[in-house]
Amino acid sequence: MLTQRLFLSDWGGLTVLVLLLALMVAVPIANLVVPPDSPWHLSTYWVALLGKFLTFALLALSIDLIWGYAGILSLGHGAFFGLGGYAMGMHLTRQIGDRGVYGNPELPDFMVFLSYESLPWYWWGFDMFWFAMLMVVLVPGLLALVFGWLAFRSRVTGVYFAIITQALVFALMLAFFRNEMGFGGNNGLTDFKEILGFSVQARETRVGLFVISALAVILAYLAARFIVTSRFGRVLVAVRDAENRARFAGYRVEHYKLWLFVFSAMLAGIAGALYVPQVGIINPGEFSPLRSIEAVLWVAVGGRGSLFGAIIGAFAVNGAKTWFTTAYPEVWLFALGALFVLVTVFLPRGLVGLFRRRTREDQP
Amino acid sequence: MSALQSTRSAMRRDRVFGFLQPEPDFQLPVDTSHGTILYVDDVSVRFDGFLALNRLNLSIDEGELRCIIGPNGAGKTTMMDVITGNTRPDEGRVFFGQNLDLLELEEVQIARGGIGRKFQKPTVFEALSVFDNLELSMASAKGTWKTLFHRLSPAQRSRIDEVLEIVGLQEQVQRMAGALSHGQKQWLEIGMLLMQNPRVLLVDEPVAGMTGDETERTAELLVSLAGGHTVIVVEHDMAFVRSIARRVTVLHQGSVLAEGSMDQIQKDPQVIEVYLGEEA
Repeated sequence: MLTQRLFLSDWGGLTVLVLLLALMVAVPIANLVVPPDSPWHLSTYWVALLGKFLTFALLALSIDLIWGYAGILSLGHGAFFGLGGYAMGMHLTRQIGDRGVYGNPELPDFMVFLSYESLPWYWWGFDMFWFAMLMVVLVPGLLALVFGWLAFRSRVTGVYFAIITQALVFALMLAFFRNEMGFGGNNGLTDFKEILGFSVQARETRVGLFVISALAVILAYLAARFIVTSRFGRVLVAVRDAENRARFAGYRVEHYKLWLFVFSAMLAGIAGALYVPQVGIINPGEFSPLRSIEAVLWVAVGGRGSLFGAIIGAFAVNGAKTWFTTAYPEVWLFALGALFVLVTVFLPRGLVGLFRRRTREDQP
Repeated sequence: MSALQSTRSAMRRDRVFGFLQPEPDFQLPVDTSHGTILYVDDVSVRFDGFLALNRLNLSIDEGELRCIIGPNGAGKTTMMDVITGNTRPDEGRVFFGQNLDLLELEEVQIARGGIGRKFQKPTVFEALSVFDNLELSMASAKGTWKTLFHRLSPAQRSRIDEVLEIVGLQEQVQRMAGALSHGQKQWLEIGMLLMQNPRVLLVDEPVAGMTGDETERTAELLVSLAGGHTVIVVEHDMAFVRSIARRVTVLHQGSVLAEGSMDQIQKDPQVIEVYLGEEA
């Protein structure tokens, strides 16, 4: 019953899920089992790169959920991604212990450098893994709750909402750039050693993080499918297309938006937390407004409002970016611009629209 | 709420068989023992100095079919906004039954409590099927967690079928609402209101843009709904008003100019003056 609901008439989603599962099996084998001199061997660089793409896919998924289904355009989802990343980064920083440059067992290197006397209160608890994981979802969720409550209650929608989310992420960036904030300022948090006792550099750890990221994307996709195929999901579409009608039908529109916004922020937080150990650094650059806009563009390229399109978009744009920035670094920005113009003009439904058009015409 | 009121609402004469109805959503205990369901008392609304409603008084009986006419800017839509909680008046009070002050309630409470509103421009959920449109409008739990895990019960399904038949959209049940014709959208929206099990239906220009046939069907539909519901129709189309109205209220410059049967209204010299050159 439930499986039928989740997968019925969702061939694209099913295909993406199968591909993700295949990657989950193939990548570890190709990296760990296949000998390095074989042409089938996958280098650890690629494992980390694909793992990073997976976390971007998760971020894109969280954006598509609110933008595609509830019509809430957030140009500041990097805020939640970054906060989740910082929560993870703080835990990894605490795990360094006395192996830092200064060898101080109590304080991270940057705090010693800035002559902190003791650990600030908001760092307490982050040496415990479970606490840090809790903060990965709670901090973005709480920010989304307060921010969303204020915005949706005042019926801020559309472009105005998008603009204030930009302001939010920009404010966070400025704040995290400051050394006095106690999050490592400009340099952010880096030089991680271990996660749960496994070396962050070891390729087994990399593969493990990749598998967990793939699993996270799959679970998040299923959860999102569950939401959008429920009556809740149809209420969201109703709110997106005719907010007043929904309100006069007796729905508290604000509650629906807020619920989904908080859920989406939590997904973004998890994405950030998985991103940090795989790239080995978190700094205020993640809060750059441009990064948040870029993430929205992944969704637009993939195809808004189809969930799996967001995953495809994240892989397509980031794959292109990786290829261009190594092959023709000076061309990348132009290629990105051209991609968006082409998609907007020729594929308003995104890459997913390429496959969808045919099936749509079959229907009456 | 006093014990007397709650006892009264539990023993309402008009809902002796209420338990047979699928999920009634009359959470507001409306007391209509004196026959009045809606009472607008001396209501004024000002927009930037412009008086949209000027000490408007209006009383609607339960089960009545009332037409409200008036030239543009007479305050018809503002009146609906006030009743549904969309606009707060500067002065005056609005009662639902004898006991409920609508000005103390939020839009959502008013909607759930039994006042349904059809917008001037047909407003349906275009990206959803006709069935989904009706399902979402149904009187039932509307909290976020409830809808997330909701499953349609057989009783609810048969209620949807019932309303589909009333508005004549059985054939279109699986079509996207956005693909319906203009007239069908209007009927769907009326069907959506019916799913809410409302006591009062506020219907804003139901036949605007309809063909003659469609207008006729809409008239039949609205007449058949009166009695079981209180129907308030705001309309420009005089022929249509004449075909359905028992009692007509003419608004002019934010207050009531005349009230009575269509014949009385048409002979009223003030009304003739206001509608000078128009059909009425």
